[in-house]
Amino acid sequence: MADKQQQVVVKRARHKSSVKDPGTPGVLKMTKDRFTFMANDPSSPVKLNVEFRTIKGHKFTKDGTKQALLNLTQDQGGNYIFEFENFPDRNVCKDFVASAIALSGEAGRTVPEKSAVPIQDEQLSAAEMERRIKLLQEDSDLQKLHKQFVIGGILSEAEFWATRKKLLEQNYSRRPKQRVALKNDMWSTKPLADGQIFAEKPAVRQAYLNFVPNKMTEKEFWTKYSRAEYLHSTKNVIAAAAEAAEDEELAVFLKQDDMLVNEARKKIRQVDPTLDMEADEGDDYMHLPIQDHGLPRNDNKDVLDSQYEPYRRSFSQHLNQHAAVVLQGRVIDVELGDTRSVAEALARTKHAELAKDASDVYLDKERLERISRMTEIEDLQAPRDPAVAPLSIKDPRDYFDSQQANAFSTLGDTVSGAKQLKCSVSTREAYCSLKECISEIKFQGLTEPTINSEVAFKVLNGLAQNISSNKYHLGRNPNESILDSLPKITREELLLHWSSIQELLKHFWSSYPITTKYLLTKATKLKDAMSQIYPKLQEIKESVQSDLRHQVSLLVQPMLQALDAAFAHYDADVQNRSARSGERPNGF
Amino acid sequence: MSPPVPSKILTDDVSLLMVLIDTNPHFWSSIKPHFSFSKFLSHVLAFLNSILLLNQLNQVVVLATGINSCGYVFDSSSGSVSQRAESLLPKLEEFAENDESLSERDDDSGNGVGSSLLSGSLSMALCYIQRVFRSGPLHPQPRILCLHGSPDGPGQYVAIMNSIFSAQRSMVPIDSCVIGIQHSAFLQQASYITGGVYLKPQQLDGLFQYLATVFATDLHSRNFLRLPKPVGVDFRASCFCHKNTIDMGFICSVCLSIFCKHQKKCSTCGSTFGQAKTLDPSASQQR
Repeated sequence: MADKQQQVVVKRARHKSSVKDPGTPGVLKMTKDRFTFMANDPSSPVKLNVEFRTIKGHKFTKDGTKQALLNLTQDQGGNYIFEFENFPDRNVCKDFVASAIALSGEAGRTVPEKSAVPIQDEQLSAAEMERRIKLLQEDSDLQKLHKQFVIGGILSEAEFWATRKKLLEQNYSRRPKQRVALKNDMWSTKPLADGQIFAEKPAVRQAYLNFVPNKMTEKEFWTKYSRAEYLHSTKNVIAAAAEAAEDEELAVFLKQDDMLVNEARKKIRQVDPTLDMEADEGDDYMHLPIQDHGLPRNDNKDVLDSQYEPYRRSFSQHLNQHAAVVLQGRVIDVELGDTRSVAEALARTKHAELAKDASDVYLDKERLERISRMTEIEDLQAPRDPAVAPLSIKDPRDYFDSQQANAFSTLGDTVSGAKQLKCSVSTREAYCSLKECISEIKFQGLTEPTINSEVAFKVLNGLAQNISSNKYHLGRNPNESILDSLPKITREELLLHWSSIQELLKHFWSSYPITTKYLLTKATKLKDAMSQIYPKLQEIKESVQSDLRHQVSLLVQPMLQALDAAFAHYDADVQNRSARSGERPNGF
Repeated sequence: MSPPVPSKILTDDVSLLMVLIDTNPHFWSSIKPHFSFSKFLSHVLAFLNSILLLNQLNQVVVLATGINSCGYVFDSSSGSVSQRAESLLPKLEEFAENDESLSERDDDSGNGVGSSLLSGSLSMALCYIQRVFRSGPLHPQPRILCLHGSPDGPGQYVAIMNSIFSAQRSMVPIDSCVIGIQHSAFLQQASYITGGVYLKPQQLDGLFQYLATVFATDLHSRNFLRLPKPVGVDFRASCFCHKNTIDMGFICSVCLSIFCKHQKKCSTCGSTFGQAKTLDPSASQQR
């Protein structure tokens, strides 16, 4: 771009505080790192001296509208609006500003491009901007392209995103995938509305459903529950038993949770016994001095009577149950306010699970089969049929690969009776000579050496060449590609060039036929960018190792062809236009 | 050597190699100036010894493919270690005698090299392998090596294809080393379908080197070794009616039998065919 060469741009302009404001006339002077505005009227307070470092973006009105505006926006929200006398002036300034911002943006900061997105006058909503920024952050290839073209001034923001509407929409509709787990709140004394207590202690839930509101009010229920918790915390089993004997509702809270026990039993049954876990020293629980998760073992456990057994609660049980519930997260999706409905909902889900498990007879059978297979005793097994390869559909690619030689009929001496050997000897003589050969070996023994070393060497070379020759291996494995066998840098460069060329060509061809000056400048810019990439491709071709050079040139060839076609079209168009401009002095 | 004990120390590379030697006398006399049967035998015997040296539990079985019969010539799992060559050669001689006695008297015309009974020896090899499979859970990994030179007999197409498919199903690779003048379509197909190696050595003096480099590799090592691949595979079939080699024909949609001309009824499965659609209008005009 010719304008980039200029160090200073000076234009007459009006500074406006808002679009409607008539503005103060003055002179706008721009250099690479700052711009200044001096009002014509020396008494006017408007004097600006702003560094481009603080300018984050620029907006402008489209060519042909009422006002030729240029709006320079700052990070903190401030902006400077300038109105120019005509559009070419404004465009010159705009281009200069773009390059200045890009320059200062690159030099100044390491923050990613999200803060350097030049905004067009497109009524962009904040959500849209956010989407774009998010896309750029997620996709580094896209970011590279964006940086290369939009920041580099070759494409405008609108053009870049015009072809990516689908991407933006997709991004928008993605919902968060993670679920929120429950709060890990073991010691809360308040009955939580989210039913954590009900999730952890199914007996309490059952009791709640049964007792409230028939036998007692909710307040009474929770009072009794708290009393039970208090009793547990004192670890006084005997007292707990005594109180339980008096109050049968309290007994429900104090006794062991049968439903929990059933659940645990079910879980144990589902554990896969064929899982081979090797035990090592870390799994030794028997000889630890501290047991029960670091809690000292209560030695007077054995003293208690059996009638007190149901009232004992183990801390580790409580901990495990709590952990299981927390990890499970929200079983019920609905946010319920009422405690009763929470309890009912939980009860329903548990029932559903039970029903499902009961009907999984098939799973059980499969498990039993697997167990019997793993634990079989070899001697008692019946002889099993040998393993067979299952029927499968072959990859048709294999067939066509193997036919490539037949297509060119390079099978050497072909089968079609080219050289049928003539046996001029009678059968009897033939057999005789055969038997003679055998006796020869019997008497002479094997030849010494078995094989001549030169011959062996030749054979090995021939084999090695055969095996390593490229043409037999290309295209055999659908997962392998030439790109993978190239050095990493070359590969990255090639891919980058490819995607840039795609982008440039897309915009280039879409700007034809050229009807406005805007399209003409756009086409010129694109053509210049493409002609910069062209020699780089040639370089890559030359820099690759000789055995890969052919493959790489095959890859690069279509890119060069596409670029050549674009250049040819451009040149032809320019010629036509210059020929026509002889007739139309005004036109393009 | 005592029969190998199916012990728990079988490593991945223990192999059972079935070697099928082509003993077609017409073929060997026609190739006489270039390569003699005695040289061939010495290369092969050295190769067999090296296979047995690779691993103590390796087994080798040699079958001879004659023009009238096939027979077992050597089995490493029977007999003592020190008598390999000695036991093989007399048996081979015996086999040749037997084969000769089976041939008809008036077959003295020198009308080209006939084909040897490849289908027979393939079937015998596969039967031996099946027996090994059923001998217990631990057995060496079997594979078949065909050292073949005679031209393909189109009459054996069906039998050979059947053996190939059963080898494929039992996951037994068939390697082919073609020592004749021309390529063998049957063996190319065999190696392609079963996943074996097909090789036509350029220099027959170096046969041992080819055998040791390519065909001595066991199945486990083939996962990470690169072995030569043929450039193309000749998939031509023989028609079931005349045993001619064809590459375009008619196929029964029920049993996949191949015919060179349109038939009313399939000779293999008996299903009747409908009217033939003429492919080119010129043919219908001829009627």
